[in-house]
Formats: sequence, structure tokens, C-alpha cells
Amino acid sequence: MKNNLNVNVSPHIHTNESTAKIMWWVVASLIPAGCAGVFIFGLNALWVIILSVLTALLAELTWQVLTKRKVTISDGSAFLTGLILAYNLPAGVPLWLPVVGAIFSIIIGKQIFGGLGQNIFNPALVGRVFLMASWPSYMTTFIKPLAYDTVTAATPLAALKEGKAIEHLSTLELLLGLRGGCIGEVCILALLLGAAILLIKKYISWHIPVIYIASTGLFTYLFAGKQLFSGDWLFHILSGGLILGAFFMATDYVATPLTRKGQVIFGIGCGLLTGVIRIWGGYPEGVAYSILMMNAATPFIDRYTKNKVYGAV
Amino acid sequence: MKKLFQEFIKGIIRENPTFVLVLGLCPTLAVSVSVANGLGMGIAATFVLLGSSVIISLVKKFIPDQIRIPCYIVVIATFVTIAELCMKAYSPVLDRALGIYVPLIVVNCIVLGRAEAFACKNSVAASFFDGLGMGVGFTLALMFISLIREFIGAGKIFGHTLINAFEPVAVFGMPSGALLVIGLLLGFFNYLKRRKA
Repeated sequence: MKNNLNVNVSPHIHTNESTAKIMWWVVASLIPAGCAGVFIFGLNALWVIILSVLTALLAELTWQVLTKRKVTISDGSAFLTGLILAYNLPAGVPLWLPVVGAIFSIIIGKQIFGGLGQNIFNPALVGRVFLMASWPSYMTTFIKPLAYDTVTAATPLAALKEGKAIEHLSTLELLLGLRGGCIGEVCILALLLGAAILLIKKYISWHIPVIYIASTGLFTYLFAGKQLFSGDWLFHILSGGLILGAFFMATDYVATPLTRKGQVIFGIGCGLLTGVIRIWGGYPEGVAYSILMMNAATPFIDRYTKNKVYGAV
Repeated sequence: MKKLFQEFIKGIIRENPTFVLVLGLCPTLAVSVSVANGLGMGIAATFVLLGSSVIISLVKKFIPDQIRIPCYIVVIATFVTIAELCMKAYSPVLDRALGIYVPLIVVNCIVLGRAEAFACKNSVAASFFDGLGMGVGFTLALMFISLIREFIGAGKIFGHTLINAFEPVAVFGMPSGALLVIGLLLGFFNYLKRRKA
């Protein structure tokens, strides 16, 4: 387990893993959370997911045909980007929103940099942040769970931020995802199931997600309460997009550090930033921003945590 | 005469201050929100460029080499002050929209760059046309960027709403959107240049 994800200088041992196989496995592991999202928020959520994925594939295809590059839509990375973007959107958004977001994710977030493997930011998060900055009202209008119509509800974190009395959500409700939120982030159990698949298949290592979640929990326990050491850390871990972000976005192969030490730094950085944004920042939720900020720091982290090459001075 | 015309025309495309020399990005990012702002900023900068280029070219023999930059700044600051006071007097709305970025023309790298790279080595007439060309090039680039940003970011062109159903992409009204537009345009122009070569 420990050295499975090391990328180092050759010689490499060849395995029959490929980028495409891993990508499709990640897609598969995200399906339970999507099903849960559709069940909780209704059919509009399904349309958002389908449109986002289709647009992402189409955008990648169009770009690669226009620039006469090899068409790589079958490697699953564009599919995954579209899927994760959809999971980061509220279920009640107008249907052009996922389309615009997916185009932005693929073209600006990924292809402009040179395609898969060259992007410095997680493309799906680039799309989400773009939509968030452009149409904040759509991006923060959430549907009430299990209501199947246009009744809106605040997310638990937004309610907390506005200082409203939080309707008491039990831990079980948070785990099942019976709360306002984005399509893919609400059902913690389904997300954990998907994460377990990836961990068992050894496609992701536990370092970034576990350290990310633990440091967010610790930080909110320290500072989110009325006095020190009284924050509701479990609430902060289970509400918002932390689980989705930690397991499926902070573990992006391309935009995160390669070394163990680097991954630990990355996880702690994400956790601190998420806590800071949630407690003192302007937005109720900070997972997307913190991962993007740490993406930007990744080349720097990689440089200072490079493994010592045996025999080198 | 033909040579002077060359000095003028080079600033517009071949050595465009924004897209080729990539100078003066700070005011470009800040004021290219609407075409009116872009035009106002461009005219102010052109006026300063013209004035400072001519004066610096006139007095280039008297400026000691060691302290040339402070001397340039004094000349430039004089013209910026004139431009700022005129703007305050005749177009207070524009002055409020551009805010701090008018006084900041003093340290605009296009103005200082032309003084340092051109006006201190060339004749008055050549400096005049160089300054004019650079100013016009800067104004055109600003207007081009702000046209795109005003349309996508606010759904308007010259302050008029075109399509009612269009929901503006607010991020293009922010500095991050300006960086995005400038970056994409730079890439596009470089692509055209490489294809021509």
C-alpha cells in the first residue's frame, strides 16, 4: 500500500492498470452517491448529471477534433469531470448551468493547459468556482430533501453562517443525506461506500482524505464553538462537501502532490483552509476553494518534498 | 515622412503595448469593465504618452544619465496631473469610475517604457508619433478587451442591453475575468502569429 502511488524515475514495473481503467473505476465508485442524490432531490438532479457529463464529453471531443489532437474521450477523464461537476451543483439549477459549467471545466480548466495530466487545477472544481462566481444566486439555492418540488432549503452550513437557529439534524440524517446541499455531496454513506471501493482497489491512498478530514475536524473543534475546544466537529465533517471533496477531488492524480510527505502537507493545508473559510470567511462552504488553493501550491510542495534519490548528492 | 508613419503604425499591431509588449496590465485589468471606461483610460494615457514623449525627447540632452528615471517621472507626473484635473472638471462620472487608476498612470510601464526605450534616443517628431501610436494601440486594446468583458460580464454593449434573456457571466466583470480574457486573447494572437510565420 505504502509505495503504490509513488511515481519516480524509471525503471518502472509494468502493471495492467491504465488511466482509463482507473478513471472508469472512479466513475463507478461515484454512482451510489449520484443515485442517492437523485432519490433525495428528484429527477431534475438526474438531468443535471446527464447534461453535465454529455457536455463535458462533447466539449472534449470538439476541442480535440478542432485542434487535431488524439481524441481521448474514452479514457473516462472527461466523463469523470462532468460527473463531479454535476455532483457539485444544487439540484434545482436551470439546465443551462451544468452545460456552461462543463464547457468551462473542460476547455479552460483542462484543455487550455494541454489536456489530461497537464492541468494544474482540478477541472471540475474550476467549473464549480466559475459558476459560483458568475451566478451565485442559482448556486446557493438548494432544494429541500425528499420534497420533489421547488421548496428551497438552506444548507446546514449556510444556516450556521447566517446565525439562524439550526434545525436539529441528527447524525443519522446527515449520514443519509436528508439535508439541503449539492447533488453528490449529501449522502455520506454512499460516498463512503464509493471511497471504500477506491481504497480497496488501491486507486487512492488514505493519506490526503483522512488527513484532510481529520484536520478540518480538529480545526473546527478548536475554533468553531463559542469558546475554544467546543466546536461541533462531527457536524462540520458531515455537512457540506467535505467527504466528496476529500475522497474524490483532493485525490485527483494530476493536481495533487506525488510524495507521501507532500500529500500530508496537502491534506493539512486543505483542512486548515476549509476551516478558516467556514468559520471566518465570507462563504459558508470552503471545500472547493481550499482544494483549488492547495492545487496551486502543489508544484511548490512537490519541489520541497522530493524523494532523495539513492546515490545522489 | 514614411518613417514617421512607421513609428505611428507599429504601436497599433506589431508592437501593441498590451498584446505584444504586455505592458500596462494593471490599468487594463482594472478599468476594462466597460467600453466607456476603456476609452476614457485610453485617451488619458495617450495624452500623457504624447506629452511626456515630446518633452523628454526635447530635454534629453540636459538630463544626466544617472538620474534620468526621476526626471522622467517628474515630466510624466505633470501630464498625469493635467489629465486628472481635466477629467475631474469635465467628466466627473468617468473620473469616479476610473478612480485611483488615473493618478497611477504616473507609474504606468507603457509611459515610462516609451520614455526610456524611445523618447530619450530619438527626435521630437519620431517620439511624437511613437507616443501617439502606442497610445492608440493601448486604447484600441483596452476597448477591445472591455467590449468583450462588457458584453459577457454585464450583457451590454456601450451601456445598452442587447439581449434580455441573456444572463451575464458575472465573473467576467471581475479582475479574474479580465485575466482570463487577456490570456485567451494573447494565446489567440500568438497562434495567429505563429501560423503566419
